[in-house]
Amino acid sequence: MHPAPSIILFTTLSGLGFGLMAFLTLGFPPVTGWIAFIFYGLAYALAGVGLILSTFHLGHPERALKAFTQWRSSWLSREAWGAVGTLVLVGLCAVPAVFADFRVYTLGLPAAALALWTVYATSMIYTQIKSVPRWHHSSTPILFLAHAIAGGALLAGQISLAAPLLLVLGLIQIWAWQSGDRRLAQSGTTLVTATGLGSGGDVRAFEPPHTGSNYLLTEMVHVVGRRHAMKLRIFGFGFMVLLPWLILVALPFHHALAALAILSHCAGALICRWLFFAEAEHVVGLYYGERGAGK
Amino acid sequence: MTSLPETTETRLGLVIDLDICVGCHACVTACKGWNTENYGAPLADKNAYGADPVGSFLNRVHSYEVTPDDGPAQLVHFPKSCLHCTDAPCVTVCPTGASYKRVEDGIVLVNEADCIGCGLCAWACPYGAREMDPVEKVMKKCTLCVDRIYNDNLPEEDRVPACVRTCPTGARAFGDLGDPESAVSKSVAARGGFDLMPEQGTAPVNKYLPPRPRDEAIDVLGPLLDPVAEEPTGFLKWLDTTLEKLG
Repeated sequence: MHPAPSIILFTTLSGLGFGLMAFLTLGFPPVTGWIAFIFYGLAYALAGVGLILSTFHLGHPERALKAFTQWRSSWLSREAWGAVGTLVLVGLCAVPAVFADFRVYTLGLPAAALALWTVYATSMIYTQIKSVPRWHHSSTPILFLAHAIAGGALLAGQISLAAPLLLVLGLIQIWAWQSGDRRLAQSGTTLVTATGLGSGGDVRAFEPPHTGSNYLLTEMVHVVGRRHAMKLRIFGFGFMVLLPWLILVALPFHHALAALAILSHCAGALICRWLFFAEAEHVVGLYYGERGAGK
Repeated sequence: MTSLPETTETRLGLVIDLDICVGCHACVTACKGWNTENYGAPLADKNAYGADPVGSFLNRVHSYEVTPDDGPAQLVHFPKSCLHCTDAPCVTVCPTGASYKRVEDGIVLVNEADCIGCGLCAWACPYGAREMDPVEKVMKKCTLCVDRIYNDNLPEEDRVPACVRTCPTGARAFGDLGDPESAVSKSVAARGGFDLMPEQGTAPVNKYLPPRPRDEAIDVLGPLLDPVAEEPTGFLKWLDTTLEKLG
């Protein structure tokens, strides 16, 4: 799939922001006053910038409010409601904490749950797509939630929690990559099922319908990423998991080092999210002779 | 809106005969023409005379080579457009309700005034039947020429989709696939019409008819080209043996 920068930034940043909100509203750390202002400000900046970026890939962003109407059937619509609901509910926690040094304990759990549910709704936009077998699997929501929870713990300064959570995220990421590599083959969709021509012999794409490119090819048959996928996986894993984990575990706590760990994690998470899109194979590529011949 | 109807009154769709299609792309041209001049935003082209032209099409013709274990390879031309699926995954993902499947005839349409151009429906379609218009930035797809098939202003023979009307070989047929007595349903039953990617669970309405097996002896002129005399005689025999000796 085409790795659109606006979607990669949106899903990564808003995931981190909602993860941080979950920790703050639960009282990890139990901040009030100026410190709460900075923490909640960072969470709102991440989630808000992400949501604004998400409108950049729309053909008609001026009609974006219509996306709230189909929550009964559409995960994208549910995500929109979840995001707005989270921003309101977390705001009800943040305003008293910042301005009255008062923490609203009763709202903490619902706010945190809604923040994580929003991340789940984001992941379901991709999980529901059967035509991209790599995404159509339980590992997708688990991976998105692990990203948000581990990143949120790191941003919230919960070192004793963040270190093991980073390792858990790393294991889930490896599982998602390993199992994902086999999923197109396991899906059973091939050039033979796509064309129904298998009974006549081996099927090979002979000629595409047009000499140039088209929307389908640029949007869904992106292949650039796969050439360097292994190298990028190693970089992504190193920056997202290994480097921040080493900083947390092996080095004494210092604000500059913590900032380095966070920046490294964010850079690694962006690389991994880029791969999430660039490596995903859409079955329409079969019609264009991608992924080989059908027997 | 974006929930799918339980049932539809009719199931209008196309039956495409892969045995007859010659790959002339007339259906592509007719489709582009009709749908640029009529319903909805015109199907745009970008940089049409430049180095890198792109444009939106609702119908495209692929070509595949099928090689049997014994015998020569066969070329199969393969037109592909929206299959108006019974369980259309493109409809349920739509966040705005712009995509919908009609209860009366099962046609899947886009209300372009509600489309935000997010592209999620095109991702959800396994067949590549939806394309974002490069100029209008709304999702375009086959309408089954909904503005022709019910259009009383047109002569009756023109009340079929433009691709069907124009096909010079009759490889495309239009009708109600929900009615087992319709001509299209009968041809599907007789010829073993099949679904594309049945494992995707989309239950397409459109069906494809397989290419018929080729006749054993299709080469009528070949035997006439056999050498008349297996062994040369006279001057040619002398030349042949002399050249052999030279080694």
